Amino acid sequence: MSRPSVTPGASRLKFKTRVFTAIVVLSNVLGNFSLTYGMKRVGRLVSLSPLAYLEALFNPWVTLGVLLLILWTLSHMALLSWADLSYVLPVTAIGYVLVTLAGWAFLDEQISAARAAGIVLIVSGVALVGTTPLSTFRGTEKRR
Amino acid sequence: MRPEPPNPELLKWAIVAVIVTATTAGELLQALGMRHQGEIHDFRPDALGSVGAALVRDRYIIASFCAMAVSFFAFMSLVSVADLSFAVPATAASYVFETILAKYVLGEHVAWKRWAGASLVACGVALLSI
Repeated sequence: MSRPSVTPGASRLKFKTRVFTAIVVLSNVLGNFSLTYGMKRVGRLVSLSPLAYLEALFNPWVTLGVLLLILWTLSHMALLSWADLSYVLPVTAIGYVLVTLAGWAFLDEQISAARAAGIVLIVSGVALVGTTPLSTFRGTEKRR
Repeated sequence: MRPEPPNPELLKWAIVAVIVTATTAGELLQALGMRHQGEIHDFRPDALGSVGAALVRDRYIIASFCAMAVSFFAFMSLVSVADLSFAVPATAASYVFETILAKYVLGEHVAWKRWAGASLVACGVALLSI
């Protein structure tokens, strides 16, 4: 008897991957946006002193950005517990497209012809990698 | 009073270099640590708590957090002197390095579709920073 092409385990994993990819992408885009919006209000910050950065954290937009980026880190870690890094990296790159669109919509940044072409290339690359298997590394089970 | 850096462009790209190096190291270490952990199945708070407790003792995860912290604070500096649509794409050079290291260090099977996809993404990201 031939095996079904999509096992229940595989479709569950695919669904879980889609949900976590969405969380990774959205928390990254919103986190970066919020952080930048806050940092523009804090002003120029290039320093080796941790105090200067801690002070910047009191800006509510910076705080929100940091919280979203913590969510991004945790969901990214969860995704890497079952999917390849070489899968996760390109697929989550769709976030760059959203960042560019958010910069255009909310921060008055321009989208040139080159940037529009960049968006098309990234979307094509993400679509291509999205068709590859989630994990190619044998031995993803817990090792002791 | 501190003197202003002589070349703001050079400063921006120096920060980018720090971010790319730290991000590449951080993500690679994170992938190694999570591979040790194995797939997370159970998302109930107590189960996640025990995963978290194991992760904070994993040397790869600890090292990855240190690298990510350097990357994060350097990124905060970068967005204070550059546009978001420069900052994010410019730091994406780490893609290329990470895909190469995923193959040779993590032992992932990077098929032609992944190379092509990663290359398209890298070119797209480069175009975004123009």
